[in-house]
Amino acid sequence: MTDHTIIRFEQVTKQYDNDPPVLNDVSFEIERGKFYTLLGPSGCGKTTILRLIAGFIEPSKGKIFINGKIVNDVPANKRQVNTVFQDYALFPHLNVYENVAFGLRIKKLKSNEIDRKVKEALRFVNLEGYEKREIKEMSGGQRQRVAIARAIVNEPEVILLDEPLSALDLKLRTEMQYELRELQRRLGITFIFVTHDQEEALAMSDEIFVLNNGNIEQSGTPTDIYDEPINRFVADFIGESNIVPGVMLKDFSVQFAGKTFECVDGGFDPNEAVEIVIRPEDLEITMPENGRLRVHVDSQLFRGVHYEISCNDQDGNEWLVHSTKKAIVGEEIGLTFDPEAIHVMRHGETEEEFDKRLEAYEEGSYEK
Amino acid sequence: MKSKSRNFYLIPYVIWIALFVVMPILLVLYYSFFDIDGQLTFDNYKKFFTPVYLKMTFSSFWYAFLITMFTLLVAYPISYLLTKTKHKQLLLLLIILPSWINLLLKAYAFIGIFGTYGAANSFLEVIGIGTKQILFTDFSFIFVSVYIFLPFMILPIFNALDELNPSLVDASNDLGASKWITFKRVIFPLTIDGVKSGCQIVFIPALSLFMLTRLIAGNRVITLGTAIEQHFLVTQDWGMGATIAVFLIIAMVLIMILTGKRKRGIL
Repeated sequence: MTDHTIIRFEQVTKQYDNDPPVLNDVSFEIERGKFYTLLGPSGCGKTTILRLIAGFIEPSKGKIFINGKIVNDVPANKRQVNTVFQDYALFPHLNVYENVAFGLRIKKLKSNEIDRKVKEALRFVNLEGYEKREIKEMSGGQRQRVAIARAIVNEPEVILLDEPLSALDLKLRTEMQYELRELQRRLGITFIFVTHDQEEALAMSDEIFVLNNGNIEQSGTPTDIYDEPINRFVADFIGESNIVPGVMLKDFSVQFAGKTFECVDGGFDPNEAVEIVIRPEDLEITMPENGRLRVHVDSQLFRGVHYEISCNDQDGNEWLVHSTKKAIVGEEIGLTFDPEAIHVMRHGETEEEFDKRLEAYEEGSYEK
Repeated sequence: MKSKSRNFYLIPYVIWIALFVVMPILLVLYYSFFDIDGQLTFDNYKKFFTPVYLKMTFSSFWYAFLITMFTLLVAYPISYLLTKTKHKQLLLLLIILPSWINLLLKAYAFIGIFGTYGAANSFLEVIGIGTKQILFTDFSFIFVSVYIFLPFMILPIFNALDELNPSLVDASNDLGASKWITFKRVIFPLTIDGVKSGCQIVFIPALSLFMLTRLIAGNRVITLGTAIEQHFLVTQDWGMGATIAVFLIIAMVLIMILTGKRKRGIL
């Protein structure tokens, strides 16, 4: 634990009655001033983590530290964190100004100070002049901003955001992603953002925790997680992937789809069965004779930015290709890719083992 | 064509309203202008503003106010606890159930309980306080009235509390509010509509209670309701009875307007 750590979970389990645990023996650290995202499908436990940090629920087992102090028994109203709720949870009987001022009034601040802070917070979220509006007169995006203003006005050390963008339309959502990220940089406080939208997570975060079934599957920077998914779940959940079975003949040499390829992964047992991930955008279409793989085009969809082409090879593996080039359905094409595009995943490897192996073979390769 | 057929479907409703709402009110108004000998007169209205009737009006409002207040004080916590329980609908049903029993039966049951040799006095005897006069007191009148009106107060408050978005309570907590402040600033203001309709449903009938005043309060409490009953059934002064009824109707309309719903948008 370093001075930068603001929140620490130590083997936290949350279980309701005799149901399977929602959160299973989870440990992690959150550093000050970064943008974190908890990413996972619904029911994976991400919102539970948020509610544990906020103090709405207590862990069944384990310890939660905020600023180095155990907060298991500290009620929500005594914690230095504020939440932006999924449904915004704005008070319908108060106007915009009073919603934002709510926390300050409870702290019994002087009215001119409240006024100054509320106006500043509203300026921060571009809602100047909306003070007197009723909540029901505000649009979804504006309500979102009020909710954010209501959280930041209290100057918390951590802001928790529970899928705050899920109710907005696509364009507004993209806009808010930029704004949230920008806001976090300006304020310099820790954001913990919960989402099931992987694109959102990749675009906004310094650090992503991928959760599944109450466990953290992988944590790391967006590029780490995208380029080096630890297992099938992560590879599948983050972006689109071609996942095919393969055999690691030796370090930096892998066999799949009936051929042997050069790759950049190592640290495996000889002839170990593995899974190969190649991202659809890393595959390039060429003439069949020039391709490293020969595939048959099954179907094609125009996605705007690219064509999504679904192909099959002779072994029956399915290959998804994102290409700006058009293919013709029913024809045979060749696919090429760089050795760097191949990512090899070991079966049942934990994050710790994965990191160790990565370090080991990277050191090895430097020595060469 | 379309509006014609719509009007056609309105007919039964209009007949119903005319026969059972408008006509009776007009009749009451009509009778209020006749004295006991059938002469057209404004004397009834003059008489209403004499101390006897004003005192009765005041006492009606006072008791209705007390009944409403105590009903609210009991009903709100019960409703709140109900929304927190697991089988809330079942428990709610159990609370509503007594309201299906005839009012007269319940009143007689309380005469038995509160009587000199009733269960309440036996209990007081056992714990050493001794027999007290319970029946025919203000206490028993208000107690029984509260008991009878309780379900009507609980229902709207329960519904309002049940509809309250729980994340608003979380949000208030999150922003540093203690449980009490959350109640004061969030829960109560957001359920005020339920409280208002509960108060309406209790206050208006409480204003014109007459059976309980005789059976439980032993005619020590004379309200406008009692007066109307006496005028129509005992003194046969229909004109005066109708005049009091006119004032009661005016009072009810005023209360309805004053406590009328101001609908706030709920997210």
